[in-house]
Amino acid sequence: MMQMTGAELIVRLLERQGIRTIAGIPGGAILPLYDALSGSETIRHVLARHEQGAGFIAQGMARVSGRPEVCFASSGPGATNLVTAIADARLDSIPMVAITGQVPLAMIGTDAFQEVDIYGMTVPITKHNFLVRSAAELLEVIPQAFRIAMSGRPGPVLVDVPKDVQNQLVSFEALPEPAVPDPAPSPDLEAIAAAARMIDAAERPVLYLGGGVVHSGASGLAVSLAEQAGLPTTMTLMALGTMPVDHPLSIGMLGMHGARCTNFILEESDLLICVGARFDDRAIGKAAQFCPNAKIIHVDIDPSELHKIRTAHVAINGDVAAVLEALLPQVKPILRKRWLSHVDSLKARFPIAMPGRDDPRTHYGLVHAVAAALDDEAIIATDVGQHQMWVAQAYPFRRSRQWLTSGGLGTMGFGVPAAIGAALAEPERTVVCFTGDGSFKMNIQELATLAEEGLNVKIVLMNNNSLGLVYQQQSLFYGKRVFASRYRGEPDFLKIAEGFGIAAVDLDTAANPRAALAQALQSRGPCLIHASISREEFVYPMVPPGAANTEMIGD
Amino acid sequence: MIEQVAEPLQQQGFAKVVLELEVNNHPGVMSHICNLFARRAFNVEGILCMPMADASRSRIWLLVFEDQRLEQMVLQVEKLVDVLSVRRHGAEHEVFERLEKFFL
Ligand SMILES: Cc1ncc(C[n+]2csc(CCOP(=O)(O)OP(=O)(O)O)c2C)c(N)n1
Ligand SMILES: [Mg+2]
Repeated sequence: MMQMTGAELIVRLLERQGIRTIAGIPGGAILPLYDALSGSETIRHVLARHEQGAGFIAQGMARVSGRPEVCFASSGPGATNLVTAIADARLDSIPMVAITGQVPLAMIGTDAFQEVDIYGMTVPITKHNFLVRSAAELLEVIPQAFRIAMSGRPGPVLVDVPKDVQNQLVSFEALPEPAVPDPAPSPDLEAIAAAARMIDAAERPVLYLGGGVVHSGASGLAVSLAEQAGLPTTMTLMALGTMPVDHPLSIGMLGMHGARCTNFILEESDLLICVGARFDDRAIGKAAQFCPNAKIIHVDIDPSELHKIRTAHVAINGDVAAVLEALLPQVKPILRKRWLSHVDSLKARFPIAMPGRDDPRTHYGLVHAVAAALDDEAIIATDVGQHQMWVAQAYPFRRSRQWLTSGGLGTMGFGVPAAIGAALAEPERTVVCFTGDGSFKMNIQELATLAEEGLNVKIVLMNNNSLGLVYQQQSLFYGKRVFASRYRGEPDFLKIAEGFGIAAVDLDTAANPRAALAQALQSRGPCLIHASISREEFVYPMVPPGAANTEMIGD
Repeated sequence: MIEQVAEPLQQQGFAKVVLELEVNNHPGVMSHICNLFARRAFNVEGILCMPMADASRSRIWLLVFEDQRLEQMVLQVEKLVDVLSVRRHGAEHEVFERLEKFFL
C-alpha cells in the first residue's frame, strides 16, 4: 500500500511520465503542488514572469521535443493568463498538459477569492479538460491527460486541481504506468491503392505538406514520395523545413505571402496531394478558387479535417507516416519531365523578389545574414507580424522542428518564451528568436527568465517602431488611414536588455553589422540583437484578404 | 478587397435527425457537447439525457436539423473524449415524439 497527498501523487506521476522541466508561477491555490515539487529530484522548475510566458515555454519545449510538456499556474488570474498559450497550442496541435490550482471543492461556485471557472473557459480551446474531484481520481486523470495530449492529432489538455484535493491523502496499491499514445487508426488500404493510381495517372500533381508531417515525424517519407513520383512540393507555414528549401522539387510556402510561382503552380495542378494540412484560409485563399482543376487526395489523422473545407476524391484517415509508408511501394517512379520543366520555368519567372538580400541592414538581408552565420542545427523561432513572414519567406529551413512559429492563432508574444522553451529542451543548440518591436513588448518580462537561466537564445529585434503588419494593411486596404499602428514613444531596447542583465548589440551603429551579428550569434548565452527596419517595407507578394491566391499584389 | 459577410445559412426546409450519443456520466459532459453546437450556431431543437443502467454512462438524445454542416458536426462530436459512440436516426424515431405531450 502506498499513501501520499494528491500533490505528491501528481509530482510522482509527472516524474514517471518523463517530465524533466516545468514552467510556471505559484500562487495560493497551487502551493501544495509547489511544495511537493520542491521535493522532486528529477524535475526542474523554471519560474516564468507571466503565466502566458510559462505556457509558451512549455510549448517551446514541446515543439522541439514532440512530446507533451507541462506548465503550472495558480487559480483565478494565474489560470486565465494561461488561456492564450493554451488556445495557441490547440490551433497548432501542440501537445501540452496545463495544471492549474483551484479553490477548495466546497468553495467552488461561491465566487471565492481567485476563483474562476477555468474548466468552463477552456472547454473550447483544449483537446480535453478535467476538474479533479478527489485525489484518487488523479491516478487516472494524469495519465489520461498525457495520453490524450499525444494521441492522434496532438493538443493541449488542462487539469484543474482544487487545493483540498492536492492536500488530500490517497492510498493505493501501485502507481499507474506512464501513458503511451493510442495506436493510430489502421489506414484504409483500398483508399491508399486508389491514391497511388491517381498519382500515377496525374499529369500535373502537387504535394502539399502541413504541420501533420512534422508531428508524425514523416518528413523523410514525404521527401521520398516527392522524389519517387516527381512531385513539386509546397509547404504550409507550419511545415517549413519538412522538405529542404533548396531541394529541386520544393516550390516553397503557399498562401497569403507565398511566392507567386507557388500559387500559380497550384492553380495549374490536376492533382493535389494534401498530407497533414487542413486547407487553412491563410494558405489557400478563397477556398472555391483554390486549385480549381485538381482532384484531391487528403491524408489526415483527424477525421474531422477530411472534407471539412474541400471535398476530397480520396480521403485517408491515418497517421501520415504510416500512410506514406504504405503508399510509397505502390507509387510508380516517374520523372515527369514536362510538368517539372514547366514548374521550373514558373519558378524562374515568378520568384519572390528579395530586394536588399545582400545588405544586412535590410529585412531580407538581415534574415540571410543570420542564416549565413548559423548551420541547420540552430532553431529559429518568431513572433507575429511582418518580421515573421519575412523569415518564413527568406530563411533556408532544412529540417523538421527547426522552425517554431505561432501559425493558427498568430499570437504576438509567442517568440521569446517559445525560444526559451526550445533552449531548455535542447540547450546545446543556438536558438534565434526573430521578433518585432510590438510582439517583443508582449512578453518582454520573460527576459528576466532568460537571463536567470542563461540560455543560448539570440533575440533578433526587427524594429520598425510600429505594428508593421497592421500599418501595412491600413496602407493597402484602408485608404492609407493609418490609425493606432505607429508608436509615438520609442523605448530604448538596448537599455531594457541591459536592465535585465542581457547583452545587447546594435546593428544600426555597428561599423561592420555582418561581423557584429556573427559574433553575437557565435558567443554563448542570451543576447539582444537590435536592427532598425523601415516602416515602409511591406511583405510582398500578398493575397488581399478574401481574394483568391492567384490575385496577388506586389512581387 | 475586404471580406464580405457570408449569406446567412438556410435554416428551414431541412429534415430533422435524431442523434443518439453514449457518453461518460460526469458533470462536464453536457457543457462539452453543447459548446460544440453553440459555437457553430447550430441549433439543437431537442435534448434529452438520462443515466444508463450502468450509471457511469449516460445516453443523450439530440434532435437537430440535417443541414449541410451536420456531417462536420457529427465528426466533431465523435472527437470528444467523453463521447463513446454516435448513432444517427431519422426524425420518425419515437423518443422525442413520445415526449411531445409534455410540451403542449
Ligand atoms: C496578441 C495579438 N494582438 C494583436 C495581433 C494583431 N497583429 C498582428 S501583427 C501585428 C503587429 C505586430 O507588430 P510587430 O511585432 O512589431 O511586428 P511587425 O509587423 O512590425 O514586424 C498585430 C497588432 C496579434 N496577432 N496578436
Ligand atoms: Mg514592428
